[in-house]
Amino acid sequence: MELELRGITKRFPGVIANDDVNLTIKTGEVLALVGENGAGKSTLMNIMYGLYHADEGQIFVDGNPVTFETSGDAIAAGIGMVHQHFMLVPVFTVAENVVLGVEPTTGLLGKLDTAEANAQVRDISGQYGLHLDPEALIESLPVGIQQRVEILKVLFRDAEIVVFDEPTAVLTPQEIEEFFNIVESLKASGRGIVFITHKLTEALKVADRISVLRRGKTVGEADPAEIDEIGLAELMVGRPVQLVVDKAPSQPGEPILSVDQIHAVDSSGRTLVDHVSFDVHAGEIVGVAGVQGNGQTELVEALTGLRDVITGSIHLGSEDITHATPRDVHRAGVAHIPEDRQRAGLVGDFSVAENMVLTRYHDDGFSTGIKMDWPKARAVAADLVEQYDVRTPSIQTAAGNLSGGNQQKVIVARELSRDLELVIASQPTRGVDVGSIEYIHSQVVKARDEGAAVLVVSTELDEVMALSDRVIVMFRGRIVANLRRDETEHNDIGLYMAGAKEQPVKTDAETTS
Amino acid sequence: MSVTDSTTPGTDAYVGMLESMSRTPEQKRRARNLGIGYFVAAGIALAIFVRGDGGTSTFTLGGDSSIGLPGIPLAWLCAIVLAALGGVQISRGTAKLQSALLAAATILFIVTLMAWAAAGRQFSLTGTLHDALKAATPLVLGAIAGILCERSGIINIAIEGLLLAGAFTSALVGSATNIWIGILAAMAVSAVLAWVLAWLAIRFHVDQVIVGFAINFFVLGLTSFLDSRVLTKNPQLNGTGTIAEWEVPGLSSIPIVGPILFEQTFYVYAALALVAITTWMLFKTKWGLRTRAVGEHPKAAGTLGVNVLRRRYINVTIAGAVAGFGGSWWTADVGRFNENITNGRGFIALAVVLVGRHHPVGALMAALVFGFTDALALKFAILNTGIPSEFLELAPFFVTLLVVASVGRGAHVPAALGKPYEED
Ligand SMILES: Nc1ncnc2c1ncn2[C@@H]1O[C@H](COP(=O)(O)OP(=O)(O)OP(=O)(O)O)[C@@H](O)[C@H]1O
Ligand SMILES: [Mg+2]
Repeated sequence: MELELRGITKRFPGVIANDDVNLTIKTGEVLALVGENGAGKSTLMNIMYGLYHADEGQIFVDGNPVTFETSGDAIAAGIGMVHQHFMLVPVFTVAENVVLGVEPTTGLLGKLDTAEANAQVRDISGQYGLHLDPEALIESLPVGIQQRVEILKVLFRDAEIVVFDEPTAVLTPQEIEEFFNIVESLKASGRGIVFITHKLTEALKVADRISVLRRGKTVGEADPAEIDEIGLAELMVGRPVQLVVDKAPSQPGEPILSVDQIHAVDSSGRTLVDHVSFDVHAGEIVGVAGVQGNGQTELVEALTGLRDVITGSIHLGSEDITHATPRDVHRAGVAHIPEDRQRAGLVGDFSVAENMVLTRYHDDGFSTGIKMDWPKARAVAADLVEQYDVRTPSIQTAAGNLSGGNQQKVIVARELSRDLELVIASQPTRGVDVGSIEYIHSQVVKARDEGAAVLVVSTELDEVMALSDRVIVMFRGRIVANLRRDETEHNDIGLYMAGAKEQPVKTDAETTS
Repeated sequence: MSVTDSTTPGTDAYVGMLESMSRTPEQKRRARNLGIGYFVAAGIALAIFVRGDGGTSTFTLGGDSSIGLPGIPLAWLCAIVLAALGGVQISRGTAKLQSALLAAATILFIVTLMAWAAAGRQFSLTGTLHDALKAATPLVLGAIAGILCERSGIINIAIEGLLLAGAFTSALVGSATNIWIGILAAMAVSAVLAWVLAWLAIRFHVDQVIVGFAINFFVLGLTSFLDSRVLTKNPQLNGTGTIAEWEVPGLSSIPIVGPILFEQTFYVYAALALVAITTWMLFKTKWGLRTRAVGEHPKAAGTLGVNVLRRRYINVTIAGAVAGFGGSWWTADVGRFNENITNGRGFIALAVVLVGRHHPVGALMAALVFGFTDALALKFAILNTGIPSEFLELAPFFVTLLVVASVGRGAHVPAALGKPYEED
C-alpha cells in the first residue's frame, strides 16, 4: 500500500502548523520524520490518523482520494499510530486496552469475551516477541512496556502503516535497542513505518528515507546513506548546530548540596532511596546516571521537598532543608526541572506567561500585596520566550497547546532565569530538538560557571556524559559509583547501571579532590 | 521496582518498622482524630446513655422471637470500651486493625443508642431494618444514575432535580392515567432533562456543575409552581394511590431475613436487580468497557474509533431514566406529590456515589447506611426520646457529612470526570 499526503495545510489560532506539506509513505520501508519542536510533525500525523482535519489538501491511498472523518476511518484504512503521549487507560488491563473498540464478545448482550481477548493478545505478543502479560494493569507497568502495549494495539488492528511519534524519548538505552528490533520485524512483515525522533543518530540508523519539516513546511528529503548527523541537524534547524557541549574544566568550590544518608520508602514500606550520600559543589555539574526506576525520581523528590525522607539529612549550604516544603526549597535558590512536564512542570490550561511566573508570582516584585503585577509578568515572559526561542503564537496561548519540546523550553526558561544556588534538572532535554538541546545545555553550563551547583538526572547516558564533571550511578536505590567524568568510560558506567559492578566505598573527598 | 526482599522475618520486622516510621503527617493526624472521636463517643455514652431510665429494652425480630438488652450496664460497657479504644488509638495506634475496630465500635455504639432510646419498651429490629432498606431504595436508584453519568465522565449534580421531576411527573400523569404509565412518563421526562444536561455540557462546554445546579433550581421552581397552581386546585390530578408491598412467596417466610428483604414494594426488588445488572454491565460487557474508557481517558477511546460524545449522550440519558424511575418512588410511597418531596435525597445519592466509590455494590452499601440512619431517626421520633425532631431530620445529612469526610478522600474518581472532550 502507498499512502500519500498532498498539499496538506493546517492552521491553529495564530500558527500554521502544516503549510502545503507533501509526504509519501510506502509499505516495507521506514521513513524518519524529523524537525524542530513545533515544526508540525505530530499535527501532520494526527491528520493522517483522522484525529485532526486538514484545512486544505488531500490524502490518497494507493492513488485514490480518501477522507478520514474519525480515527476509526483511518484504522479501517490500515493506519495505526503510537502517540507521543500514550493513549492508555491506566486502570485497565493490557488486554482491555488492546481490544477497546474492537472487543470480542459472546451472546446478545455484548458480554466481553475476556478469555478470547487475552488469548489473542498473548498470541500477537508472542509473534512479535513483545512479552506482554494480557492481565497486567497498565498503571503498574513501566513506560517501556506501556509502549509495547501501544504497539500491540496497532498490530491487533492489522495496521499496514504504523506511525511512531517520538517513541524513544521515554525509553532506556536497553529498551531502545529492543524497540529497534521490533521496528525491524514490523518492516520485515511488510509494514510501512513512520518514525518521528529528535535523536538524529537513531533516524540515520533505522530509516530508509528521512523527511525534514521546518516551521510547517517540507524542506527536504535525505538519504541516510549520504548525510551525517551534522548535515541533518543543519537541514533541520537551518543553521549549523554544535552537537557537543562546549565547556571549560570545572572549578569546584564549597559544597552547596550535602546529602547525608537519606532513606525513603513508598507507602507499602519498600525502599526507594537507600541511604544515599553525596555532595554537589559550587561550580560543578554532577550527573546522575541509571536505568529508569532505580530511585532517581524519588531522590529528586526528596531533594525538592516533594517527598519526606525517614532518615538522613539534606543541607543547602549551611541550611537544613531535610523537611523543608517545596516552596522553602525553591526560595532557598533551588531550580527544579521536573522529569514529567505534563504532570509536574506546567499547568496546561494556563497561558505561557502565567506558567513563566508560576513559581515566583509571590515575590520578585510580580505582586504587591494581593495584586498581581501582570504587565511586569508579561514583559518578563515575553523576554524569556524570545531568549529561549519558545515557538508559540503568543505568550497568552495555553501552554498545553504548545508542542512537546516547546513546553519543555517554557519550564527550563522559568527555572534557570533566577539567581540560583542549585539547579536540579531531571531529563532536561527529553523531547527537545537538537537546536534547543544545544541552547539548554549551554544554559546549564552557564549556571555552573556562574557558581551554581548543578545536579543533572538523565536516563540518557550520552547527556550525562556530555554535561557532567562528576557522575553518580544509581542502582536499586543505592549509589553504586561516584566517579570523575574525565576518568570514566561510557562502557564502565553501563556496567554500573546494570548492577554488574560496584565501586568500593570511597569518601566524597577522595572522589572530588 | 521492588528493592527490599521481604523473605526473612527480620526483614519483615524492619519493613514493618519503616512503615510505622514512614506514616505521613496526614495519616498521623487522621489516627489521632479517630482517637478523639472515640473519646467523644465514650463521653456521649457516659453523659447520656448511662443516665437513661434504666429499663430493659426488648428488640423484636419478627414473629415471636426477641432479645432483651439491659440499658445501663450496656451503656457502661460501651463507654469503657470506647474510652479504652480511644486511649490505645492515640497512644500507639491500632495499625492494621483500625478499620475493623472502628466498624465494631460503631456497631456497639449504635446498639447502645438503640437500647437507650427504647429503654423499657419494645423496638422492632426487623421493622427498622425493613424501613432502612425501603429508605435506601431511592438513594440506590439516584446513585446508579450518578454512576452511569460519572463513569462516562459527566458530573451529574442534577440528580436531585431529576428525582423531583420524576416524582412530579409520575404523580401528574399517574393520576390522569394510572401509576404504571405515570412511572414510564417520569422516566421519559427525567431522561429528556438529563439529555439537556449532556447537550449543554458536551455541545457548549458549559461547566457541568453549574448546569446541574441550574437544572435542580429549574425543576424545584417549576414543580413548586405547578404544584400550587395546578395540583392544589385540581386534587384529582394529584392522587395516584400507592403501590403495595409484594411478599415474595416462600422467601418472605424465612425468619428475620424474610420480613426485612422480601416484604417490600417492587422498587426494592428493582433497585437490587439494577445494582446487579449495572455491575455486570459495567465490568463484564463491551458497553461497560467503553463507558469506563470514556470516563477515564476519552482520548484513548477516541483514537481507537470509539465515539466518545455519543457514548456520553446515551449514558447520561439512560441515567436520567433511572433517576426518573427513582423519583416515582415517592409518588408510589405516599400516593401523591408534595412540594420539594425529595427533600435533598438526590444530594445524599451523590454522596452515596462517592462513598460507594463509583461502584453499584459500594453504592448499595453506602445507601443502606443512610437508609438506616433515616429509619432510625423516624423510629426515635415515634419513641419520643426527647431528641428534638429537627435534629432527627438532620441526622441523615449529618451522617453523610461524617462519612464523606472520613472515607470520601481515598475514593477513585474517573480521571476525566467533568472535563469536556474536544474533537477537532
Ligand atoms: N490543539 C492545538 N491547538 C493550538 N495549537 C496547536 C495545537 N496542536 C499543535 N498546535 C501548534 O501547532 C504547531 C505544531 O505542533 P506539533 O505538535 O505538530 O509540533 P511537533 O513537530 O510535533 O513538535 P515536537 O517535536 O515538540 O513534538 C505548534 O506551534 C503548536 O503550538
Ligand atoms: Mg510532537
